[in-house]
Amino acid sequence: MEICRQNEALEIRELDPFLAELLRQIPESAQPKDSPAAQERLFSPPTMPEEKVLCAEWKLYVVPELRRLFQSATETVRQDLQQLRCTDKPFANCTLRIPMAHADAWLNALNQARLAIAETYQFSDHELCDHYRSPLGSRRDLSLFQVNFYGFLQEFILREMEEGER
Amino acid sequence: MLTFFMNRPRGETAAQRAVLSIYVPRSALEMPTIKKKEATSEEVEMPWNVIVHNDPINLMSYVTMVFQRVFGYPRERAEKHMLEVHHNGRSILWSGVRERAELYVQQLHGYLLLATIEKVG
Repeated sequence: MEICRQNEALEIRELDPFLAELLRQIPESAQPKDSPAAQERLFSPPTMPEEKVLCAEWKLYVVPELRRLFQSATETVRQDLQQLRCTDKPFANCTLRIPMAHADAWLNALNQARLAIAETYQFSDHELCDHYRSPLGSRRDLSLFQVNFYGFLQEFILREMEEGER
Repeated sequence: MLTFFMNRPRGETAAQRAVLSIYVPRSALEMPTIKKKEATSEEVEMPWNVIVHNDPINLMSYVTMVFQRVFGYPRERAEKHMLEVHHNGRSILWSGVRERAELYVQQLHGYLLLATIEKVG
């Protein structure tokens, strides 16, 4: 895999089918419907539970707004990922082009996915720092790899955004 | 009360003539009423803190960028707060009136940071 800036876009070239599949899983990983822990993390309360009025108002007015924001980011990513539909050669390496205008949406969706996965599996600090663990051991190992791979992409997008601002 | 409306004579389209008139009822000019807003107890109380809590997932570079964007802090200050969150588990990013504090926390949640508001003291 090779990742570089091409004018107003980031290009991920030579993307092998395994990594392409991990990327395809971003939208689903970002919005897990069957993980209350992940939902709790994505929509965490704004203050102590004792502040009942504030918490209730937050749930009523802010949470729907946040939900819309997160869904919009995920939808942008989902549309960009349409490029990975390699129908003619399903096991060939492919290229993904992320317009820099979508960088914020990608950062947000990747963050949603990383937080949701980590909350679902409750990774320890030790596991999160273990960048050499093979993703092939178990579903948990694969998910840990996913968190780290998405983090790597975030770092790259952030670096390119910073370069663009200079 | 001031009422704004578009005054368009009959037979003319909006494109032909769009005049903004201000209709001011006489009574409103003669007897202006200023409603006094009573300050709630919360408004006169101590200010509120915007606090960001540590979580092991958000990247340090991402957190720094969010602090710069939301609070307009220069990079050095944003990094100082990020490191405070990382080492101490939390950092007070801003203190002031509750309404603005809530807005900051809402923005921080939009970036998926663990942020809360707390009364000072």
